[in-house]
Order: sequence, then C-alpha cells, then structure tokens
Amino acid sequence: MSQWEVVIGIETHAQLSTVSKIFSGASTAFGAEPNTQACAVDLALPGVLPVLNKKAVDCAIRFGLAIGAHVSPKSIFARKNYFYPDLPKGYQISQFELPVVQGGAITVQVGSGEKAYEKTINLTRAHLEEDAGKSLHEDFHGKSGIDLNRAGTPLLEIVTEPDMRSSDEAVAYAKALHALVRWIGICDGNMQEGSFRCDANVSVRRPGQPFGTRREIKNLNSFRYLKDAIDYEVRWQIETLEDGGKIQQATVLFDPDTGETRTMRTKEDAHDYRYFPDPDLLPLVISSDWMARVQGELPELPAQKRQRFMSDLGLSAYDASTLTASQEIADFYESTVTVAGADNAKPCANWVMVDLAARLNKEGKDIAESPVTPEQLGGLVLRIADNTISNNIAKKVFEALWNGEGATADEIIDKQGLKQITDSGAIEALVDEVLAANAANVAEYRAGKEKAFNALVGQVMKAAKGKANPQQVNELLRKKLSA
Amino acid sequence: MSLSLEQVQRIAHLARIEVSESEALTTQGHLNGIFQLIEQMQAVDTQGVEPMSHAQDVSQRLREDAVTEADRRAAFQAVAPETEAGLYLVPKVIE
Repeated sequence: MSQWEVVIGIETHAQLSTVSKIFSGASTAFGAEPNTQACAVDLALPGVLPVLNKKAVDCAIRFGLAIGAHVSPKSIFARKNYFYPDLPKGYQISQFELPVVQGGAITVQVGSGEKAYEKTINLTRAHLEEDAGKSLHEDFHGKSGIDLNRAGTPLLEIVTEPDMRSSDEAVAYAKALHALVRWIGICDGNMQEGSFRCDANVSVRRPGQPFGTRREIKNLNSFRYLKDAIDYEVRWQIETLEDGGKIQQATVLFDPDTGETRTMRTKEDAHDYRYFPDPDLLPLVISSDWMARVQGELPELPAQKRQRFMSDLGLSAYDASTLTASQEIADFYESTVTVAGADNAKPCANWVMVDLAARLNKEGKDIAESPVTPEQLGGLVLRIADNTISNNIAKKVFEALWNGEGATADEIIDKQGLKQITDSGAIEALVDEVLAANAANVAEYRAGKEKAFNALVGQVMKAAKGKANPQQVNELLRKKLSA
Repeated sequence: MSLSLEQVQRIAHLARIEVSESEALTTQGHLNGIFQLIEQMQAVDTQGVEPMSHAQDVSQRLREDAVTEADRRAAFQAVAPETEAGLYLVPKVIE
C-alpha cells in the first residue's frame, strides 16, 4: 500500500461575547423568540447604516495578541455578495483585504503518553464579520421560515495554514483554539448553540508533491464530528485516487447519522462573492495605546501557564497540557496546590487529572460543578503526604468528600476512624496473627511462590481494615518470613 | 480589458438582475466604457501612493457594546408579505 499524506486547514467561526450585535444595538442573547432581536439595521431596511461595536474589535485584538499575530493598525471591511433569504442585505459585511489579525500561531499537544508530540499550527488570519440569520425549512406549508435574530451577531473567522497532517492534529488544534478563545473571554465556546463551528479543508497527496485538490467540509460543531468527517473524507479521497479517479474541488456536508460526507456544491457552481470595500464603513484604525491597554488586560495565557507548571512545579509536558486545557481546570489545580504545597504538585495533578476527572466524567459534571472543592482536595493530598492515610484509604475519603459526609478530609478521617496504623507494634501483632492463621501461604512463599506473599499482605490489610501503612506491612512481613 | 457578452450575463445573474439579449448588449457597451475610464486612470503612476479604501480620509467611529434596540417585531412584520409564528415566510429555499 503506497503512502499518502493528509493535508488539513481549518476555518473556525467563533461567536464573540458581546451583548449587542457587531453593527447594531440589537441584543445577541441566545434563545429569544424569533425576530424579536432583529432591528432595522439587521433587517437591512432602507436608509440604515452600520456602526461598529468596539467590544468586537477588542475581542479581535485580544485574540491577535494571544497568538502572537500582527494586529493590523488599519483594517477594512468588505462586502461579500450573495443572495440567500437569511442574509437580508444581499451581502455579508466581512473583511477580505487587510484583515484585523494577520499571522500568529498556536502550539498544540497531539496525542498522549509516549506518542505525544508538540506541533505548531500557523494561522493565516482572523477577521471580523457578521453572522447570517437562520432558515427553517419545515412545517410552513411549502415555505421557509426566516429568523433574523442571529443576523449581525459578531464573529471572528480564524483561518489556519494547511499545517495539519492528521485528524488527530486537527482535533488537537480545534480543542486548543476552543480553550484559548474561552480562556481569553472572547467566546463562550458553546458548540451546541453554534458559538464555535469549524470548517475543514482536506486534501491528500504523495509526500513531496504539490497540494492535492481540496474539499471543504462545512459546519462541524463537535470535535467528534470533526474527526469522523476528516477520517471519512480522507479514506474517500484516497480510494477515489487509487481507483484512478480525480478529486473535484467541492464543498461538502458531513452527515453524523451515516458518518459520510456528501457534496453540497462543486467548483463550477461555487459562489463568486465579488468582494469590494464597504462604502458604509470607514477603515478601522487601532492605535498603539488601544493595543497596549488590551495587552495589559490579558490573563496569563495557557501556553505561559503550561510552561510555568513545567518549570516551577516540575510537571511533565503532558500533565501541564492537560491541566491547562481550560481556565477552570487550571484554576482548580492551582488552588489545590496552594493548599497542598508545591512539593505535592505531582500528586495534586494526579488527583485532578485522574480521580476527580473520572468522578466528574461518571456524573457528567463540569469541573466548575465539582462537589469536592480544591481546598478539600488539597487537604486530602496533605494527609497522604504526611502518611496519615494511604492512597487506598484516600480514595474512600475522596468519595466521602464527594458525598458531603464531612467538610474536610481531616474531619472524615477522624469521624470514620480512617487514620493509618503506623505503630509498628500494632502492625507486628497483626502480622503475627496472619502468619499463624495462614500456614499454607507461608509454606508456599518459602517454596518460592511470590504470589503467596501478596496474599499475606492482603490478609494483613484486611485484618487492619485497610488502615495499616502498606510499606510497613511489607517490610515487617519480609522480615518475619525470612527469619 | 473588455467584457464579453457572456461575462455581462453572468454578472447580471449573480446580481439577480434579469436582462434581455438587447439589454445585455447595451450594458456591455456601458460597462466597457467604464473600463476604458479605468484604463485611463491605471495609466497614472501611483507608485508610492498608499491606496485608500474609502473616499474620505477618516477612520471608523465605534459604538459601545450596549443593547439600544427594543423589540419592534410587530411593526416590522406588519409590512412583510407573509409571517407565521414570528418568522418571515419566503419561497422554499434549500441549498
């Protein structure tokens, strides 16, 4: 089987977190009654003029600075012309030449464990534009219903270079971008409500050859669909080419029910948008003062925090990436470490990434809704560190904290008598008891069966109701058995 | 540069303007006249002149992000040809 290289570029539409529209004072709140948030400007009634929302520009600057891009001191708006009933003006106001954000890059962690690697995805541009309305095609006696509440909602369209080489890289990028726009507070990232949607440009080629013909998969609103759609599309393109066929440039849609992509339109009937500068809007000028102010308001970015977790707390690249996947996770982790101390940074990371994550996952909860607070978790980690409880007992205490059986780990350990037995006299007594009662196991161990040792450890722990210090049990057992 | 009749018809289609064969011919003449004008302008040496994106040399005014528009759906829909359940109804469109 010959080798193919996959080439992917992604365009993302991120809805900006403004309360009003990009060119009008109508509300952008989600879920309102149809057309109650569509004002004269959004409806394109005669004589109206667009006035640009400052906050939308603020968001674009924030994004540009966060990805190390060139924020253009001057950018211009253009009309993208096409006819569709949910676009009342007959054009979308967008940016074509001179977009507000130019270049920049996002470094992502792809995969996990030993196969994990870092990859830098370069961005081409990010530009401001308005969203269109919504068309509803069912139930209106052969007509379509138009809701223009979404018309004029501010979007930042973020375009990458064709830098990704697998669906895993595409998903890693989309997730990192999703985390970043939420982190810097420019987009709520709600994919169900369409606040963050991706288009993937996919092509395949023989390594070293020029780019193949690409097909664009539109409107992927989940990471799962993004991966499935790309995987399907890549298989389809390779099969088509290996069967001697040709790829035609096209726009396709992904059907999550069948897991297949289907052609929406080909290049022949591709839109000819006839972009030109919008005479209703003057050039957008961003002063260096404005940029400096936004720079000053930026929080510590995920990449910086990740670096700090590695250098100051000694975390691995993988742990540091996982813990900076969102502001909420990072905040939770940092508060936990504040209580447990930097010496316990690694166990804190494990608790947040493994035990807490699994429990949250099981209940379908977000970390912000965790019943166990960072303070409680930090307190628990401290008690493991100072040998008050073993890791196994700690899981019990964690469960008790989750169920609200006590306000702190200390209270639960105390109330439920979970304190670890470290008194070697007490442990020795238990060991003697077990050795006397399990002569068969002792004989097996002496005959060279290591398994028998574990059985004995288990018996001692059982006798101690799990509270004996496992290390001490091990040592004492070995000592007694070799005597 | 000049436009072919076919290009004129395509532009008319893109703009959703219906033109007859004779109108297309007349329009072709008009548009090519404009192209001649553009050619004259392009002959001017503009090296080192920064292009303007607007006839006025001023920059965009911005508004604060605040909701200033109330719901006026009833008034807007009173003049619409057809509405239902708050939606504007249009001939069925599915891409």
